[in-house]
Amino acid sequence: MSQKGSSNCDGKGGEMILAKTGNEALAFAMKQIEPDVVAAYPITPSTEIVQIFSSYVADGLVGTEFVAVESEHSAMSACIAAAASGARAMTATSSQGLALMHEMLFIASGLRLPIVLCVVNRSLSSPLNIHCDHTDSLASRDSGWIQIFCEDAQEAYDSLICAVKIAESIFLPVMVTIDGFIISHCLQKIDVLTDEEVKSFIGEYRPNYNLLDVDNPITLGPACLPDSFFEHKRAQAEGMYQALAVIEKVFKEYEKRFARPLSIIEEYQTADAEVGILCMGSTAGTAKVAVDNLRKKGHKVGLFKLRIFRPIAVKYLQRALKNIKILGILERMEGLSAFGGPLFNEVRSVLYDEAKRPIILSYVYGLGGREITPEEIEEVFLELISLKNKRRKSIEKFRYINVR
Amino acid sequence: MIEENKKECGIVSWQSLTSGALIKDLKRIKENKTGAWRSSRPVFYKEKCINCYRCWMFCPDSAIKIENDKVVGIDYDYCKGCGICAQECPKKVQAIVMVKEEK
Repeated sequence: MSQKGSSNCDGKGGEMILAKTGNEALAFAMKQIEPDVVAAYPITPSTEIVQIFSSYVADGLVGTEFVAVESEHSAMSACIAAAASGARAMTATSSQGLALMHEMLFIASGLRLPIVLCVVNRSLSSPLNIHCDHTDSLASRDSGWIQIFCEDAQEAYDSLICAVKIAESIFLPVMVTIDGFIISHCLQKIDVLTDEEVKSFIGEYRPNYNLLDVDNPITLGPACLPDSFFEHKRAQAEGMYQALAVIEKVFKEYEKRFARPLSIIEEYQTADAEVGILCMGSTAGTAKVAVDNLRKKGHKVGLFKLRIFRPIAVKYLQRALKNIKILGILERMEGLSAFGGPLFNEVRSVLYDEAKRPIILSYVYGLGGREITPEEIEEVFLELISLKNKRRKSIEKFRYINVR
Repeated sequence: MIEENKKECGIVSWQSLTSGALIKDLKRIKENKTGAWRSSRPVFYKEKCINCYRCWMFCPDSAIKIENDKVVGIDYDYCKGCGICAQECPKKVQAIVMVKEEK
């Protein structure tokens, strides 16, 4: 373990490559961010993030107040209290833990507290399963949190640092998600910044208010009845309307300072593509292999990796998808709506006003950690190619990959 | 209707609100008499009171009035009539008794 106050890096700004799992990368980023308060309750597969972080606290490598609470509901409650007291607060969770936080998620965003939460995506019971799908994060989509989906440990590391700045620039909470086990527990090379670089990028937290400031007492969380509740919600919505510009600004600044590109939608081989796949999270890496394989055979296929699920990147999606004839949306959640999941419905809705819009099909895949292979994605591409000239109404929209 | 609404709560528009429904100006809170919805009221008998302050300690609304170290009565502007003061007043003393609120 390194000396107090500095990371494994030498602090001189040199390149630093480390081998880290997704969880380790997030814990390491959290250490460099050094929030004032981390309140957490363990749950697979996110446990390691706060477990590793708690050892940083125990070893005196960070000055963070670590609060071991009795549930995820309490974890988020403690983060809310800490943030309302002017502290920078963070936590991590998965699945049932995020579901148990659900009530408090709305309170964090309604109070405009810039809490940052690492979510390691895992399915929701029942049946019980500990492996990856996006049901937990996507079920929290209407809670007023910004949601950043990451393909790998590197993107998660970079995104978590940006998330702090995004949250504190617009006073909205942010969740940064990685795929359970696939990313959280797999070792990868990551290029890290020095502690000083991280600290200078995120800057000092300047809270909007501070409950502990006894000279300037405030009331927080008052009852707002029909005469004012609506206006408060409208004001909160404005934060989300403006959030995308803030996200883009922070990503650009990060890229400028550290030469690490972060995008709202990453496009892969899409310049001349007329058949596309859109997905979020680790599957993008698998899909890139499928795209490469099909490109070698002369198929004009491309991949869209959506990084920001909340707020919805309306203009970016419209611009990115304007030349696509048929789009398969790979969705790691069964929406149980009898009309596809949220990713399918929202992307489809974003394109409704466009004069030229692709045929869009929903492909549910990978539930409960079911593996997805490049070959399966290639089959989806080939299926899309075979359907691209069909009448759009005649095509069955709701499809499943590798379900027996 | 809209105009009435604006007048009543002092909100001009959503743009004029503090972020996170925060109230910085606590003057209005002092002006709001929140004891209006009581269904029962505590009655204080000064001659029985032994000034143990149990009512003052337990009152969730700081509605027990104290002057010169002595309990002098109840602040009915803020008392919600929860009855905790009467409950906490020692059984042998019974200096606070709840009665039905009548307007």
